[in-house]
Amino acid sequence: MSDLARETQGFQHQKPVKSASLWWMYVPALATVFIFMIFPFVKGAFITFTNWNGFSQTYQWVGVTQYKRLFTDPDTWLVVKNTLLYGIGSTFFQNMLGLLYALLLNQSLKMKALTRTIVYLPVIISPLIMGYIWYFIFSYDGGALNDVLGALGIGPVNALASPAANPWIIVMINTYQYAGIAMIVYLAGLQSIPKDYYEAAKMDGAGGLQPFFTITLPLLMPAVTINMVINIIGGLKLFDVIFALTAGGPGNSSQSMSTFMYDLYFKRQDAGYAAAQGVFMSVIILVISFSALVYFKRKETEMS
Amino acid sequence: MKTARMRIFTLLAAVISCIHIVPFYILLTTSLKAKGDYSSKWSLPSAFSFQNFREAWERASLGQSFLNTIIITAVSAALLIFMGSLAAYPLARRNTKLNKIVFGLLISIMIIPPLTSMVPLYKMVADAGLINTHAAAILINTAAYMPLTVFLYSGFIRSSIPKELEEAARMDGAGLIRTFYTIVFPLLKPITATVCIISCVFIWNDYQFAIFFLQDQKVQTLTVAMAGFFGENANNLHLVAAAAIMAMLPMVVLFLALQKYFISGLSSGAVKG
Repeated sequence: MSDLARETQGFQHQKPVKSASLWWMYVPALATVFIFMIFPFVKGAFITFTNWNGFSQTYQWVGVTQYKRLFTDPDTWLVVKNTLLYGIGSTFFQNMLGLLYALLLNQSLKMKALTRTIVYLPVIISPLIMGYIWYFIFSYDGGALNDVLGALGIGPVNALASPAANPWIIVMINTYQYAGIAMIVYLAGLQSIPKDYYEAAKMDGAGGLQPFFTITLPLLMPAVTINMVINIIGGLKLFDVIFALTAGGPGNSSQSMSTFMYDLYFKRQDAGYAAAQGVFMSVIILVISFSALVYFKRKETEMS
Repeated sequence: MKTARMRIFTLLAAVISCIHIVPFYILLTTSLKAKGDYSSKWSLPSAFSFQNFREAWERASLGQSFLNTIIITAVSAALLIFMGSLAAYPLARRNTKLNKIVFGLLISIMIIPPLTSMVPLYKMVADAGLINTHAAAILINTAAYMPLTVFLYSGFIRSSIPKELEEAARMDGAGLIRTFYTIVFPLLKPITATVCIISCVFIWNDYQFAIFFLQDQKVQTLTVAMAGFFGENANNLHLVAAAAIMAMLPMVVLFLALQKYFISGLSSGAVKG
């Protein structure tokens, strides 16, 4: 590479070669994406105006009936509420935990690498399998949690049968699984802050938590933006863990938009309605993700 | 003073590690206990038995699932690397209107959940006769992670590949593909490693696509096999735990061996497709 670079130095005074547009280089990639992502997505928008059941050859056009159903279906709002909880709730906890871990691991201590490895390990595990692992802990019969509660003299709880607890259990597992990513991004951010900033603050008499809010947090804002956006997108799309642990139940109490769509299509053969939920879900996720991106970008410039 | 602080921090780190390792510990003790052993999941087994692993391997037909998962993961990763790097080059180098539109399109696809296009996609794949084929899973995984791949490659090309290279190599039509793969591609090694790790982890662990397109036992991947096996053995979780450990072992071993690359790679591509 260096040879080539050196060789090209000589060309610089010459007239630059007119660059070819090269657009055909992205044709294979773009074609794949078009056929398997964009085209089905557009076609899905058409299906929302039909009553297609997902397998028969015939269907009728029903206009906006599916969307009317969607807005009057109480399940829709339950599912939206859960999805927001998975998106925003997990994002909040992942970031709090990730930031605290990063602040700790940025100090001088032993076992730094080991702790980092252990916290990060769940990131590479299939979320489906992660759901099963937590089933061993939360299950009523012989679950690890009930053993602990029993030792404390508290009766066994059937956590997975509780419609109120289930969405929070899923938030907790998602937080556990992906807090490692937030930790790593924050740790990289912390390590890029020059040490003398803190020394200068100390000379100015700043004490306690003050340096954190005046130096650390403002300089960490780009990392905050990345983490927030990544975690919101991931949380809003949540599927595998829910599928493994509660299958959206009991009832629809822990259903996310992704698992709800799966149920509608495969279990209830309601493809037209499933597609309408899909379009609705994309709109919500796009709006929230972009708003979060814009909001945190603005905060970044405000604080710097 | 200094050492006291260090001790407290080390203690804190130890507590955090212990809490985070709990699920893995429970998984391990469960997998090592014999059927009908109802002792607490916290206690170690009185006698270590690897019988569960042998039985789970056979009954969940994990051998076949491993093979399927390896084929699908490897081919998809190769396609992502070859097509994604090729596509990223003009997008990173040519600031035309068309390229901006294409790039914006790819970014917005990264945000949309793949499940939203699943209903028509399933019908399309079924009409093409590709349900229960490796090809379907490979093509769909490739398409799903292509935007992220192009995004990572173009970022790298913008920041660390000198523009002059192109003039020297005369990327102007004839023999361009060869020029690209022999001159530019080798320089992309660091980001290729990242893309490779990300796509391997995501596709190895994929369940959202696999559950739709790979129901047949002959083609099913590890996650689909695991889901079925869990359903059949809800009253013998020891077997499920053993199967889970085997299914995740390759990624765990790779992670521990190449930790540095995994952490930087996965974190840069954390916008999961």
